[in-house]
Amino acid sequence: MGIEARNITKTFGTFTALRNVSLSVATGELVALLGPSGSGKTTLLRIIAGLEEPDDGSGAILFHDEDVARTQVGNRKVGFVFQHYALFRHMTVFENVAFGLRVRPKSQRPGRNLIKYKVMRLLKLVQLESMANRYPHQLSGGQRQRVALARALAIEPKVLLLDEPFGALDARVRQELRQWLRRLHDEIHLTSLFVTHDQDEALELADRVAVMNNGQIEQIGTPDDVFHKPATEFVVKFLGQVNFFHARLEGGKVHFSTLAWESPEHAGTPSQPAHVFIRPHELDVNIIRNGHPALQATVKRIHSAGPNVRLDLTAESGERLCAEMTQERYRSLNITSGSTVFVTPRDVKVFADKP
Amino acid sequence: MQLTLKERSVLPGFGLTMGFTLLYLSLLVMIPLAGLFLKSATINWSQFWAATTDPRVVASYKLTFGASLIGATINAVFGLIVAWVLVRYSFPGKNLVDAMVDLPFAMPTAVSGIALTAIYAPNGWIGQWFAHDGWIGQWFGPNGIKIAYTPLGIIVALTFIGLPFVVRTLQPAMEDMDSEIEEAAASLGATRRQTFLKVILPTILPALLTGFALAFARALGEYGSVVFIAGNMPMKTEITPLLIVTKLEQYSYAEAAAIAVVTLMASFAVLLFINLLQWWSRRYAS
Amino acid sequence: MAGTVAMRRTAARRQPDTSATTEPTWVRTLLIVVSLIFLAIFLLLPLLAVFSQALAKGWEVYAQSLWDADALAAIRLTLLMALIVVPINTVFGVIAAWAIAKFQFVGKSLLITFIDLPYSVSPVIAGLIFVLLFGRQGWMGPWLESHDIRIIFAIPGIVLATLFVTFPFVARELIPLMQAQGTEEEEAACVLGASGLQTFWRVTLPNIKWGLLYGVILCNARTMGEFGAVSVVSGHIRGETNTMPLQIENLYHEYNITAAFAVASLMALLALVTLVFKSFLQWKTSQQLSAEELGYTGD
Repeated sequence: MGIEARNITKTFGTFTALRNVSLSVATGELVALLGPSGSGKTTLLRIIAGLEEPDDGSGAILFHDEDVARTQVGNRKVGFVFQHYALFRHMTVFENVAFGLRVRPKSQRPGRNLIKYKVMRLLKLVQLESMANRYPHQLSGGQRQRVALARALAIEPKVLLLDEPFGALDARVRQELRQWLRRLHDEIHLTSLFVTHDQDEALELADRVAVMNNGQIEQIGTPDDVFHKPATEFVVKFLGQVNFFHARLEGGKVHFSTLAWESPEHAGTPSQPAHVFIRPHELDVNIIRNGHPALQATVKRIHSAGPNVRLDLTAESGERLCAEMTQERYRSLNITSGSTVFVTPRDVKVFADKP
Repeated sequence: MQLTLKERSVLPGFGLTMGFTLLYLSLLVMIPLAGLFLKSATINWSQFWAATTDPRVVASYKLTFGASLIGATINAVFGLIVAWVLVRYSFPGKNLVDAMVDLPFAMPTAVSGIALTAIYAPNGWIGQWFAHDGWIGQWFGPNGIKIAYTPLGIIVALTFIGLPFVVRTLQPAMEDMDSEIEEAAASLGATRRQTFLKVILPTILPALLTGFALAFARALGEYGSVVFIAGNMPMKTEITPLLIVTKLEQYSYAEAAAIAVVTLMASFAVLLFINLLQWWSRRYAS
Repeated sequence: MAGTVAMRRTAARRQPDTSATTEPTWVRTLLIVVSLIFLAIFLLLPLLAVFSQALAKGWEVYAQSLWDADALAAIRLTLLMALIVVPINTVFGVIAAWAIAKFQFVGKSLLITFIDLPYSVSPVIAGLIFVLLFGRQGWMGPWLESHDIRIIFAIPGIVLATLFVTFPFVARELIPLMQAQGTEEEEAACVLGASGLQTFWRVTLPNIKWGLLYGVILCNARTMGEFGAVSVVSGHIRGETNTMPLQIENLYHEYNITAAFAVASLMALLALVTLVFKSFLQWKTSQQLSAEELGYTGD
């Protein structure tokens, strides 16, 4: 394992930021900690870095199977990229990147030329060779972010930790840097863990995603797993827009609105209330009943500017729904605001109240 | 839940630096100040009362308090104008004028004291205007107006030393003010005068009051710039800090300590007032 | 007695004024004229008075007044005070600011209030408390006398009183500055393996150097110019315990007005130099600030 944190608990006064959280990241893997603010993701990252101490009674923290829980932050050899970069404002880009090498004890400090070579190689890696003598305030946000990364890599870290690495950038730069970071990771294969509150970022960038809520990890898995096989209601709700219904489980079927949906995995569950979630793109929209069970609904609004078309619907039984389809499908349906349509779910996620 | 007096931090040196800070603070400030209160407690209550309410002492309170109040008020009025002019208008030499505002901080009080005395003495640059044959003084009876060696002189000195406080507390408050709120007021039909009175003044009022209180507090304890121009006549132009020095020179340590305790209490009351003001001024902050 | 107002850090960035946000020209002119007259009377005149009185009897008398043995002794003592007091309070200020600004702990605002205390104590009282402690009739007087140690009416007393009066200057300048800068850069240095001292010297100090210098300049001005507190503890012994402000007082009371103003003119020069430094440092920090705030250009 590249990173392993066992049974971490952390309280700030009366607030519990982490409840007995365990996490492992395989060597060379890139894992995202995804969650809303206050979910404990940054605290977990800072504890792994050694910037915070877990409460007494928490378990070990291992980097490549070596326990570092008692190791001071400066000796853990973590590359940490801060949310607002924390560049040293009075140092040039070169000096920032060289800092970690220059503060080593004399016996371990590389010589001047070696430092220069290493720094320039890193600046080349982050495509900033020409900026070596600039000061942080002379750089754009994206460039500062890459300097922060180069500085973190300079100490040849065992693991790379990034706190909301793209949080302070505007949308277009985020997109570019995201792809760039993925390519960089594929090149250097450093065990990496990053914190984000943006599900697109997590799903696109990470090998695995840990979804956090309320100081706990709700689910950890590949982007496909967490998106298509969410383990908890929170995971469904957090990963994008979703239609929600109050429902009732009875004899292997779930009843919601005017529909009854086969739910084989709840075949043995006693009769009880449940929650049903359907993603907008999992709703089939037709203008006539096609034999499948369907909800009758009225089109309220059409958002057609974009790769997909989104419909706001109100069901016969009063629920508001949202459905998404391709432009071709939309054109073939030939509907307008006020049309009556029939909606059939392709896939539903069912969560019993008492699982 | 665990009770934490200090949040954990990776930065080193908290114990050492905090220990040194507390030690130095105690040795240099807290223990000597405690000694003052202990000394004033070596006399009994009726002696303490007698020492602090002696007519000569009460006269000095009235003079110090009154002159400080007038000086701080003058500063509030003119400081508001000066700060406004420095923040909002541009004119040649503005930076120089801005830098000069700090002169009363930078100038040793004894130097200010003798300079002001020289200017406001009956034969001084300004003093002579107010003398019995001066162009202002001639209208005020056979003696004209005396400034130096009278309470007027004390007010002049206390205005001088309090001047930067109002200006320097108002400037940032005025700079932080968003011009959008003034534009909004204007777009809603307010005249410039209404905008100033109803929008700008309420916004900067806490800073104005803070500056006033700071100038007042400074004036209460001021010594160096006042003693030269005051004349130092008991019952007439003797300020409280001077009275403390006098008691000390007579080796009446306990009496000096008693009067000092009263003065300190007044200063602390003003300090408390300033803290409440700051708290109050943040009530709209998000 | 509050001693000073912290350095201003807001870089003014206002929209250009329109008729909606400024006054008619005549109002502006009037306000500017009123301000300038007020400031001329209260600031410029005293400054001019010092130099004009000092030179009233010509340069020769001026030079003689300064070349006087007692005057020279006073200048020496004042410089000595600055050499002792300013470094001590600077070290304290940096240490206290580190403890207060870089850590979160219970009772922080109370501690800051205590550090501010000397601002609200009359200088006369600042002198008095040390007389009460170390004077002949003070708490420790008899013990000091039996060991033949003089504090009051001697240099140690002057040092103590001046230390007390200038106690908050550096700390109060640094605390808000260091709080505003946060701890992220220091944490980054720690992660990169820097020791505590390396972090302070290489990361913290370069960031606060202008603010620190500003505090030192103010502390120095007050140290050299302090009158009330020193006056109470010094005993006014000519050539021995007279600092420059005390020497000015002595000369003035002897009606040696020209000599008094000659010494005063040196102190006024010190004040002017302080103001120049102050303006320079303010300009420097606002430059640094606006470079950091406006430098970001986006991609």
